[in-house]
Parts: sequence; C-alpha cells; structure tokens
Amino acid sequence: MIAESGLAALWLAAMLAGLQLLLGVLALRRKDAAGEQAMAAIGPVAIVQGALVAIAMASLIAVFVGTDLSVKLVAENSHSAKPWIYKFAGAWGNHEGSMLLWVTILGAGGALVAWKERALDRATHVATLAAQGAIALGFYAFLLFASNPFARLNPAAVEGQGLNPLLQDPGLAFHPSTLYAGYVGLSVAFSFAVGALVTGQVGPVFARAMRPWVLGAWVLLTIGITAGSYWAYYELGWGGWWFWDPVENASLMPWLAATALLHSVNVLAARDGLRAWTVMLAVVAFSMSMIGTFLVRSGILTSVHAFAVDPRRGAFILGLLGLYIGGALALFGARIGQVRAGRSFAFVSREGGLVVNNLLLSVILGIVLIGTLYPLVAAGFGVRLSVGPPFFQAAAGPIALALVAVMAVGPALRWRRDQAEAVLIRMLWPLVAAAGTFALLLTLAGRMSILSLLGLSFGIGLIVASVLPVTRRNWRRTPLPIWGMVVAHVGMGVSMVGMACDSAFTAERLVALYPGQATIVGPWRVQLDRIYPNVGPNWSALEARLTATRDGDGATLRPQQRFFTDPPTTTSESAIATRWDGQLYTVLGQQDAATGRWQLRLWWKPFVTLIWLGGVLIALGGALALFGRWFKGWQQRRREALWG
Amino acid sequence: MTPKSQRLTLALLALAAIVAAVLLAMSAMKDQAAFFYTPSDAQRQGLPLGKAVRLGGMVEAGSVRRAPDGVTVRFVVTDGKATTPVTFAGITPDLFREKSGVVAEGQFQPDGRFVATNLLAKHDEKYMPPEMAGKLHESRSLKP
Repeated sequence: MIAESGLAALWLAAMLAGLQLLLGVLALRRKDAAGEQAMAAIGPVAIVQGALVAIAMASLIAVFVGTDLSVKLVAENSHSAKPWIYKFAGAWGNHEGSMLLWVTILGAGGALVAWKERALDRATHVATLAAQGAIALGFYAFLLFASNPFARLNPAAVEGQGLNPLLQDPGLAFHPSTLYAGYVGLSVAFSFAVGALVTGQVGPVFARAMRPWVLGAWVLLTIGITAGSYWAYYELGWGGWWFWDPVENASLMPWLAATALLHSVNVLAARDGLRAWTVMLAVVAFSMSMIGTFLVRSGILTSVHAFAVDPRRGAFILGLLGLYIGGALALFGARIGQVRAGRSFAFVSREGGLVVNNLLLSVILGIVLIGTLYPLVAAGFGVRLSVGPPFFQAAAGPIALALVAVMAVGPALRWRRDQAEAVLIRMLWPLVAAAGTFALLLTLAGRMSILSLLGLSFGIGLIVASVLPVTRRNWRRTPLPIWGMVVAHVGMGVSMVGMACDSAFTAERLVALYPGQATIVGPWRVQLDRIYPNVGPNWSALEARLTATRDGDGATLRPQQRFFTDPPTTTSESAIATRWDGQLYTVLGQQDAATGRWQLRLWWKPFVTLIWLGGVLIALGGALALFGRWFKGWQQRRREALWG
Repeated sequence: MTPKSQRLTLALLALAAIVAAVLLAMSAMKDQAAFFYTPSDAQRQGLPLGKAVRLGGMVEAGSVRRAPDGVTVRFVVTDGKATTPVTFAGITPDLFREKSGVVAEGQFQPDGRFVATNLLAKHDEKYMPPEMAGKLHESRSLKP
C-alpha cells in the first residue's frame, strides 16, 4: 500500500506542477479578476506540490527501511541484512530514488519561494513560480514515464540484490542530498532569472532576492564537492583526492558557474552593473547542473554514480536539457534587449576585478566542459577516446593560477574607480609573502614541479592578501558578509597549499611484508603486526594491524580487505592516521601466493588535510555571508515593525 | 564609456574568453587526445614515448606473473590482434584477473613494454572506467 500511495502522491504532485505553470501563464496574461485569482492561487499550489512530493519521497524511504521486496527497486538495490542507515540512505543510492530526491528538493525549494520570498515584485514572483513548475513538470514526467521508483515486482523477490558495497558508507546519506540541494538552489536562481526576463525587472532588487539562493546553493555545492572528494580519497583507496572523472566534473561545473554568478550578482546588487551578464550566468549555472544530472543519470557514462545503462532515459534527460536550456536561451535572446543597460564603471575597480574573475571562471568552466563532453561527442561520431587528468591540469592549471592572482587583488580594489599604483602598494605584503615562499622553496626543496611551486607561493600570497581587508577595520563593526568573503578566500588559499603540498611532498612506499616485519615511509616506521579475520553486519574481512611510530608519536591502523556476498565484491578499506602535519594512509593488498607475504601500500601525505579544511572554510565563508544578510534583513524588518 | 558601449565591450570580452577556452582546450587536447591506446594502436602508430597514457585491453590468459619482491606483477594486455607486456608495481584492483578487461595508466618504454603506475582501480560489475563500458575501445580510435 505504501508504494501505491507514494505513486499516487507523485502523480498528484505532477498535476499540481502543471497547474502551477498554467496559473502562472494565466496570471501574467490576464489583468482581470481571473488573473488576480490565479496570482493568489499559485503560491498555495506550489506549497501543496512540495508537500505531496515529500510524501512520495517519504513513502520510498518507508519501503526501503521496511525492505518491501515486492517493490522492484528495493529488490534490486537493497537487502534485508543491510545496516539500518544504508536501508534509509539506500532509498536514493540508485537511479530512480535519486531522481525522486532531486525533484523532492526541487518541490521543497519551490514551496519555500512561494512561502518566504518577499523581496521580489509580485509579477516576477509569479513568473518565478511558473518557471519552477515547468522545471518540476519535466522531472515528474521523467519519473512517471521512464523511471517509476514504485514499480512492483510480481512475484516478489525472496531476497534483495544488495547495495553496491562502495556506496555503503555514511557519506552516501549526506553527499548526494547536499549536491542536489545545491543544484536545486541554482534552479531557483534560474527561475528568478526567467521571471525577471518575463517581466523585464532586472535590477538590484532582483539581485538581492536571488543572492541568498545562489549563496545557499554555492555553500551546499562546496560542501558536496568537498565531502565527495574526501569520500573518494578514503573509500577508493588509491590515495588521490580528485580524478577528473566526468562525474566529479559534473559537480565542479555548476560550482564554477555558481561562483561566477555569486560574484556578478554582488555587482548587480551593489552597483547595478552587469545586468545581462548576471541573468546569462544564472541560465548557464542551471544548465550546468542539468548537464551534470544528464551525465550522471543518463547511463552515458559508467561510473560509481551511474547506476543503469538505459539509452531511453538518456534521451529523455537530453530532451529535457534541450527544452530548458534552449527555452531559456531563446527567452534571453528575445527579452534581453528590453533590459536597460546597467551602470558603467572604470576597468581598474572592484567591478573590473569581478569581471576578470568571471571571465577566468568562464574559461575554466569552458575547458572542463570541453574535456568532459568531447569524448561523448566523439563517441557520437564513432570515435572513442579519453581525456584524462593531464589535459585538465595542462589547460586549467595556468588559468587557475591567474584566477588566484585576481582573487588576491580583487578585495583590495575600490568600487567604481581606483588607482593602479595605490593598488600595487596595498598588495605589497601578499607579494612579499608569495615571493618569499617561492624563494624559500627554491632553495630548500629544489626538486618541486613548477605547478606545485607556484601553487604553494600563490596560496600563501592569497591567504595574506585575503586577511588584509579586515586588518585595518574595526572588527566588531565589520559586516558578516565581509568576514564571509575573507574566510572563503582564505579557505581557497588553504586548499591550494594543501594540494601543492600533497603533490610535492607525498612519500609513497609499496612493500610485501611478513607479519612482524617493518618498513619506513616518510618520517614513520610502520610494522605489520598480524593479519586476522573480522566480521561486520554484512561482510567478512581480513584485517591487518599496523603499528606506526615516529619520535614520540604512535598510531595503530587497521586497514581491511572486505568481502561482501550480496553482491559478491571485495573492497579495500584504507586506514588513516591523522596528525596536525599530515596523514599516514595505509592500504592492505593481496597475499603473495608464493611466499605468503602481504602487500602494503603506504603514503605519508604532509598537510593533505588542508585541501578539505580549505573546502570547509570556503563553505563557512558562504554561510557567514548568508547568515549576515539574513540577520540584517531580520533586524530591518523588526525595526520597521516597531516603528511602523 | 557609455553603459551601452561598455556592455558591448563586455560581450566581446566574454566571447574572447570563450574562444580562448576553446583554443586552450584544443591545443591541450592535441597532446592528450591520443591518451588511450590499445596494443594495436601502439603497434600501428609507434610508441608514444615519454608521455603518460592509458593502455586498455584484456589480460591475456595465463600471462600474470608475480615478481619475487612480492609487489610487482607482470602480465600481457591483448586486444585480440596485438599484445603489450605490462609491468605494474602496486596493489592490483579487486577485480583484476585473467581474461577480464583492464585499463593501465603509465608509459611505454623503448623496448615496447608498458610500465603502469596505476591500474584503473575498483571496478565491480557496476563501476568501470568509461573506456571499459560496453565493448573495448575501437582500435580506429586514434587516426593519425
């Protein structure tokens, strides 16, 4: 019954999404009483739609938690012996469930816009909700006609096939849901842009209304990417943290676009400049999250994340993609002429810096997009080829360094007009820091690659430059959004230092040992004590006990070879010891059949944790800015309420 | 500058940025597009020495040998038409076995061997590197 009610809720939600679109069109077309009624009805419809799709999602979670094996999706992706948390999170650890989660978050976003959004003028608000309805409608159609999560299996299965062991990790509960919430935040920004294009109201008011959604989406995407990178790092056991896998790129591209949008929306809100550009970026950012969804969900790529190879679904999402992006671009082309040009500014100014930031981000985005899609396009012409990490590093690396330089200078620039010489003087300390680091590294560690050398110097310079804006201010009177910018920029510098340290200073050791033998990696002596069996809820394992020591410091690590029976798979569980100056990363390999020795792969990665610490700081900066603006708005509303 | 002409300048700059991205990507691609090799590709086109590339194919039956050091493994990759001997020092992925597909990252040596630094990790029945999905890379993937 639960599955049927879930399906019914999904159908009703789909119809309401259609109604939402119709009401919106009616409200904008007709200026009479009917239009007025439509305008009043669209908000409640959006809220009920959000509630219904949430019921559908809850039903799916319920059938997963109860392991209802008469539901096809459960039988294919779950197992009665699975730990509770993975039954719960397993609801979206598959194609259909994850698409339902997508549209659930979309519905919640739409409901929130209907309920809470006050800054927009009424017509733009209605147009925004209509656009949300249109987006949701496509995804409902996709779910109902191409990937019904509630389809029954007759006769019911005796036992489920289990969840891919790689996905049996607490990160699963967290990682897709944050990323999707980020994608959906961008869909709201996109709907705002469509709404503003329909009504022609592109200006600071629109920018201020859109900004929290972009900020929120950006924070969530940052968290999702950071968490995903750390998950790949410890779960896949290969010691790397970014692979330029198309699926990773699928989350990076919306982030790049959202970063550009975040900066341009500030120019629009503060200085009423970059009107058309900001609207364009909102369209691009959402297109990137659609392309991301398409790449991951169409089965066109096979990856950890792509669960099913089904060309019909791919064609369906591709159709949606074309419809939305094409429609938005057509609307942009038709309407942008009626949007008045914003205010102008000098090239050497905060606005100028942000324009350069936007252009560089767009170039990186273009490179990642080409590198990700080119193999697919080539495959369409019968040519199969691969684009790998060397391409992305060679093409995007130099641009990223230039971007970091702009990031360092940007906050030191004044709005509207500034003097180049004065800026140079303000940049003295960061320049000294970067040059000092460079010289120091050149003399002390001569064998570093040029990219890590520059990365480390630029990262240090960026950290110094980023704190400059608050050094000369009264800290208590500095608005939170400024703090947010400082923290996020410092985070970027910290991340870069971590990446450069990881690629420059990592020590690796690969050995075959008998129990009792030891080896050296970096400053550590690692001894293989013994190998013994271990069991978990749905796996058995061979576990190694390693004792690692360096002067006065010790750690015990237990890497595993884990065996799952449903489905039959082996996974390596790495063991990591974290210290303030880095991580010791250990993986247990196979036993050498001839001699009985065990393979061990060990890494000492100095300061690798800075990569994710930086990510956390970036997200924290965004959250501070978001909270600061929300708090200011709240204060203002309270004051207005008090003084009328 | 009037707002209108500034908007035009910005549009032109954006266009220039996109063209720059495409050019940059294409020039990097020229080096990297020839990134995936099958043994036949290597035989037909000569070895791309000194370049990090991927080699894909099947592990030939009966070809896997482990060296006395316990960590080096030697095997032969075949695509049915040609073969390449591969040396890899490291922990082999869980599904690495004879007569199944493999993608090795590394460099060709002058003597025709391939020294792998990485065997594409962790592919179970649901996860494979993109090249391994479906059938193997076509040998005609790399027209000179």
